[in-house]
Amino acid sequence: MLGRLGFDSLPFYSAIAFGGASITVLGGLAVFLLVTYFGKWRYFWDEWLTSLDHKRIGIMYIALALVMLVRGFVDALMMRSQQAIALNNDGYLAPEHFDQVFSSHGTIMIFFMAMPFLTGLINIVVPQQLGARDVAFPFMNSISLWLTAAGAALVMVSLVIGKFSTAGWTGYPPYSGAEYSPGVGVDYWIWALLVSGVGSTMTGINFVVTIIKCRAPKMRLMQMPLFTWTTLCTSLLMAFAFPALTVVAAMLGLDRILGFHFFTNDAGGNMMNYANLIWIWGHPEVYILILPAFGVFSEVTATFSQKRLFGYRSLVYATAVITILSFTVWLHHFFTMGSSPNVNAVFGIATMIIAVPTGVKIFDWVFTMYKGRIIFHPAMLFTIGFLITFVLGGVSGVLLAIPPADFLMHNSTFLVAHFHNVLIPGAVFGYFAGFQYWFPKATGFTLDRAWGVRSFWFWIIGFYLAFMPLYALGFMGMSRRMERYEMAEWQPFLILAAVGALSVLIGIFCQGMQLYVSIRDREKNKDITGDPYNARTLEWQTSSPPAEYNFAKVPDVQDIDAFWDMKQRGVAYAPAREYEDIHLPRNTGIGVFLGGLGFLVGFAVTWYIWWLVALGFLGVLACLITRSSQDHTYEIIPAAEIEAHEKARIKALEAHKPTPGDFWS
Amino acid sequence: MKHFISKPFITGITLLGLLLVLAGCGLQTSPVADPKGPIAILERDLLYTAFFIMLIVVIPVYFMVFWFIWRYRAKGGTGEYKPEWHKSSIIEVIVWSIPAAIIITLGYLVWTYSYKLDPYKKIATPENTINVQVVAQDWKWLFIYPDLGIASVNELAFPVDKAISLQLTSDTVMNSFLIPALGGQIYAMAGMTSQLNLQANEIGRFRGRNTQYSGDGFSMQFFDAVAMTPEEFDEWVANAKSQAKPLSTVTYDQLAQPTIGHDVEYFSWVKPGLYEEILKKYARRPETTLRRHPPATTQPACEGDTPC
Repeated sequence: MLGRLGFDSLPFYSAIAFGGASITVLGGLAVFLLVTYFGKWRYFWDEWLTSLDHKRIGIMYIALALVMLVRGFVDALMMRSQQAIALNNDGYLAPEHFDQVFSSHGTIMIFFMAMPFLTGLINIVVPQQLGARDVAFPFMNSISLWLTAAGAALVMVSLVIGKFSTAGWTGYPPYSGAEYSPGVGVDYWIWALLVSGVGSTMTGINFVVTIIKCRAPKMRLMQMPLFTWTTLCTSLLMAFAFPALTVVAAMLGLDRILGFHFFTNDAGGNMMNYANLIWIWGHPEVYILILPAFGVFSEVTATFSQKRLFGYRSLVYATAVITILSFTVWLHHFFTMGSSPNVNAVFGIATMIIAVPTGVKIFDWVFTMYKGRIIFHPAMLFTIGFLITFVLGGVSGVLLAIPPADFLMHNSTFLVAHFHNVLIPGAVFGYFAGFQYWFPKATGFTLDRAWGVRSFWFWIIGFYLAFMPLYALGFMGMSRRMERYEMAEWQPFLILAAVGALSVLIGIFCQGMQLYVSIRDREKNKDITGDPYNARTLEWQTSSPPAEYNFAKVPDVQDIDAFWDMKQRGVAYAPAREYEDIHLPRNTGIGVFLGGLGFLVGFAVTWYIWWLVALGFLGVLACLITRSSQDHTYEIIPAAEIEAHEKARIKALEAHKPTPGDFWS
Repeated sequence: MKHFISKPFITGITLLGLLLVLAGCGLQTSPVADPKGPIAILERDLLYTAFFIMLIVVIPVYFMVFWFIWRYRAKGGTGEYKPEWHKSSIIEVIVWSIPAAIIITLGYLVWTYSYKLDPYKKIATPENTINVQVVAQDWKWLFIYPDLGIASVNELAFPVDKAISLQLTSDTVMNSFLIPALGGQIYAMAGMTSQLNLQANEIGRFRGRNTQYSGDGFSMQFFDAVAMTPEEFDEWVANAKSQAKPLSTVTYDQLAQPTIGHDVEYFSWVKPGLYEEILKKYARRPETTLRRHPPATTQPACEGDTPC
């Protein structure tokens, strides 16, 4: 009846596992009770969970990302503290537990922190930058969100029921195969990826179509803001790369559950195919994570240098070149697999070529600051931190792209340092900058500046302390993923790295404080104009937070920095001659149900509860039929209501008299 | 602006400086920075060369970032403000061409050195080469000396200045073989043979390990590569031969059972063709090799399944 599920699946076998499970359960329970106590269930259901409004979906994505950031960071703290003490002893984490920790750290940070964070930013900002009222497929957007949440929930549930994978975030077979990892861990991992991966594919499709089809009528492609450009490229990558992940995870699932032999040691299985397939997704994935951050840096640098972006064309072409090349380099993840030198050399050189457009981007941002007037908003600090730190990651990346040098460094902590050195400044700092930058747009009030500055300093110092020692340890021959070690000379470096992790912990605490203080003082920090930084792109023309329909009238785009241009011409806030009815998608709970069913199917397959799998798929079918037979999926906001709303806004603006940059005086 | 040059800034800079000094000290004696074999030396030099070439771009970036944020800061900056300046063909040409030139240079290095340092390339004549067949097991390394008819676990001995030619496979999950001081790294995968050619120019013990995560005993799956004088090596071989511990199919199966932190062990005799048998275990279809090279011919030391 319950498949593999039994009482022994509960985490009573170790105090630490039990602690983790308790915190997860109690945390979930606390949220549940609080919402019940304040009687907010109806509000959450009507206004948030069932919402098809891209801005609310974006906020929910980012909320998910922040929760998962904390979870993934706890994993990181556990690894750093374990390695700081585990010289010739087992520390406080047994091998099997440590292996789950590094596997869940990578899986969470990539799939359930970075992906939702960037998708959230894209959701909030891109339609507004386009002058659009919604995304192309609002209902699909909701499904994407809830499938991503379902994947995250599968990873969280593995803390409480059963165990997580020990095969690392890439799950290489044959280790991840049924013969060597018979438990439920790898199945949890596979299904978390399958369920959320479908969501990411749909997000990709959604935003490609949105950007191509929903731009303000006069906006040419070469007038789109850089963040929109990088989103277009990222969405293309998502739409084309994520299916490879879905396929390879499904193949591994078939190996495990139905005894196929795609990747087994024997019977004609070939593990090398897995490495190829997962990295055909995995390398574009790196650029899926980084390109949106590059977009954020472009917006932030221009706004806070109070100057037009330097080399717009270069930046667009560089982004496009990176997008195309990202599909041509996957083999550099396994130069040590024994390919002949010509194969290795070709992929090594292809990898290095990506450094050229990336370098151009760096120079373009630097020259955007040149002859500007730089304001050190926390978003700008994260951008400057990115510029100086990412360069190092780029250098170590090019070193690893040289096959013979990679032979020394492959699988070492040098590699770990490299990809954190690329992804923390290159992606996470970008998301943080975007978070600081667009927070008032999403919520209607600005973030506290002092706590933002503090969080930046603790993050960047923590970063250097945590990862520079890992570069050194790579030179000293330390492998990644070591639960214990026998080399005494490694320990000082590992202690230093643990101190770095503590500094990052304080940085995260500062971010929490920043949120708390800002929400507490939200009346004082209200963003009345909708344009707190005297910014340049269209999302700043709307009110903060924007009306449900974003733009009462479709903006008239005449320049790259459309809103800046309108302000120069004095037409930025001109009222429309007449308003018209606006059609917007009606809220629906079917996305939530589909996410719930996705979770159920994943959970049921993991535990071999086959009747529940069937039930889950039937439920999906029922949802799709229900949705297809609904007639009234749109609602109309009458022109009179819009007119009243817009007139009130114009009045508020006149009372406030916005002066450029007054937020900073 | 004053806000940012205050305490956290100074503390940050001091800590970073300290870190660099510390890293520098540990690095000097590390196996990668101070290698003991010709392959590793070439690999390290390549790493350093590429690093210094890239400084051509890195240093100006650092210089410009710090200079610009100082000069063009909104409060107190002295630089001129040109809000509409956004184009310069000269700068565009420079920022595309200099990185491109560097990558062309590095690309040339990649191409030539990928051939020069191909792990499959033999680095000495057959008489100056020791052949070793390496089998990754959970969680230890078995080294079979097919020409000498002996084997060892977790100790790879060889004479200094002689090339070692390794054939590697796995009798478990994917492993990755690395001796940082001697250079090179290659995967060991079940049913397949990969190759690695190394050499030591100095006498010493060098730590090697599996770098590909493989389960509970992974962290303890290390061994010593011992480069010794020819006389010491002869003694080492004689010692192994005197152990009266043969490696037959039966004892091999016992050895292949998972163990963590396996002690060094010597086998006085190895069943001829044992390595090929391990390969064939996983090949219900014709044996797969990574490349179409003819397999290295191994001279069985004695015939049949009896110790000699």
